[in-house]
Amino acid sequence: MNIFDIPASALIGQLLVGLINGSFYALLSLGLAIIYGLLHIVNFAHGAQYMLGAFIAWALLEYLGIGYWWALLLVPLITAGIGIVIERSMLRRLHGLDPVYALLLTFGIALLLEGAFRLKFGATGQPYASPIEGGIKLPFAFLPAYRVWVIVFSMVVCFATWWFVERTRFGAYLRAAHENPALVRTFGIRVPLLLTLTYGLGVGLAGLGGVMAAPIYQVNPLMGSNLIVVVFAVVVIGGMGSILGSIFAGFGLGVVEGLTRLLAPDYAGIVVFIVMLLVLAFKPAGLFGRGDH
Amino acid sequence: MQGISRLPRPVLFTFVLLALVAPLIAYPVFLMKLLCWALLAASLNLLVGHVGLLSFGHAMFFGSAAYITAHALKVWSFEPLLAVLLGSAFAAFIGLVGGLLAIRRLGTAFSMITLAIAQLVFFLALRAPFTGGEDGIQDVPRGKLLGLLPLANDTTLYYVILAAVAFGFWLIYRTVNSPFGHVLTAIRDSEARAISLGYRANQYKLVAYVLSSALAGLAGSLKALVFQIATLTDVSWTTSGEALLMVIVGGVQTLAGPLVGALIVVSMQNYFASFAEVVLMLQGAVFILVVLLFRRGVVGEWQAWQQRRTARAHTKT
Repeated sequence: MNIFDIPASALIGQLLVGLINGSFYALLSLGLAIIYGLLHIVNFAHGAQYMLGAFIAWALLEYLGIGYWWALLLVPLITAGIGIVIERSMLRRLHGLDPVYALLLTFGIALLLEGAFRLKFGATGQPYASPIEGGIKLPFAFLPAYRVWVIVFSMVVCFATWWFVERTRFGAYLRAAHENPALVRTFGIRVPLLLTLTYGLGVGLAGLGGVMAAPIYQVNPLMGSNLIVVVFAVVVIGGMGSILGSIFAGFGLGVVEGLTRLLAPDYAGIVVFIVMLLVLAFKPAGLFGRGDH
Repeated sequence: MQGISRLPRPVLFTFVLLALVAPLIAYPVFLMKLLCWALLAASLNLLVGHVGLLSFGHAMFFGSAAYITAHALKVWSFEPLLAVLLGSAFAAFIGLVGGLLAIRRLGTAFSMITLAIAQLVFFLALRAPFTGGEDGIQDVPRGKLLGLLPLANDTTLYYVILAAVAFGFWLIYRTVNSPFGHVLTAIRDSEARAISLGYRANQYKLVAYVLSSALAGLAGSLKALVFQIATLTDVSWTTSGEALLMVIVGGVQTLAGPLVGALIVVSMQNYFASFAEVVLMLQGAVFILVVLLFRRGVVGEWQAWQQRRTARAHTKT
């Protein structure tokens, strides 16, 4: 079966790869959006925290024999805890200053983490066995079961997070604290605590992405910095701080990238940046954005 | 703060003297590396300190200018001055195109966009037919300046580079202290107020961005001339990060800050040259320390200390 002279199996294959990459774009840009939405800072350490999540999952298996499914629960909690410590000990001190200081600080954290892991593990990857073997056989393509799981689970996590922020009482506090922190404090809500927890939530999502990525890509000290710049472009395309924007832009750009790899392989690495430039030219606030504050 | 305060005459004099005799004391190639990086940091400081635009992609100007200059020297056998000017002009062109899009967004979004555009330039440099992919352009001849002065000698080249970098610093100093520079400062402090006074803030920012990219390009072109090589490292985001580190460590909004920052960061690189990971960790740690503890940077803290001292002396009398 051929569509536009492209074998259906190749099309399905690239769509799958695109959706997989898109799952990680979405998970990471979602975390960035939540942090940006409330703290107004760009968490440059997001890629490093994703890498950290993957390494923690690897270490849990290697040293403690704790497998993937427990890691899926534990790693987000551990990375969120690390995020909370970072927020309390460092980011908190920059509150009220120009947000570029927080960007520089988190950039420093990213360099420190990446350097430390490269020192320990070099640039080679550590293998992590896939927790689900086998796959689904379609008439013209084979879908590895783990990859299908990643796509489905990340979609569930993304929309659960959206529901949490947009539809629950706690989410309402978050959004209110974003609009007018002083007023929310007069209602007796501890805004500084909200900030800490939000940062923890964002970092936890990055850690979760890391665990899910471990069986697909190798666990590599460079995996975060390779991804973070693309994710930044995705965030700009979706609209800074927009949750739905980052989910749709994340999955959408993953698919666009996959199709580009099929139609014009030379442009696969840059298509996201080209889309970003086009979006900036025609809709500077991003597809789902409401402009700068 | 209005512009950059003029350096006290004795300090300036000492600087000039030091710069002139430096090749007698230190290795000229190290000094030239220092000067190129200082110019890159100074071009970035013009944006970060005086316009309030945190560009995270200055490597795209530095690196692409290095490629153009290296190609012009090696393949087209251009005269060095012309090759350097061509590199800077190309960087300014990228700055104009990128700036038109990036300037439309404020604050941290601007940083992310410049980083993403720089990544696009990185991929293009990786794939373009004339850049030599992973190898870069190597064995670039230094040529003869204006067809007369051979630059193969490091000490000769040092004085040429010194003159070019001094010109770059002078241009930044003049820009910041010009009426144009004062409008930039006004836009940095309150864009809305500047617009309400009738200034087209975005046009001013764009001109500053293009100027900064041309100067960053000049730094990259000179670097290609000195090291006779242009590589992917020059366009990579680590280079952008290092330039930013120099600005922050030295002190934003100071003229000498980028030079001091470059001295610190380049020395760190040279000292740990064989441990790339350690350099990365150190740079990260320095970023964290400076942002948390001395946001004014080395020169900024020094100036603040001097001011406190004079203030105390005044209260005593």
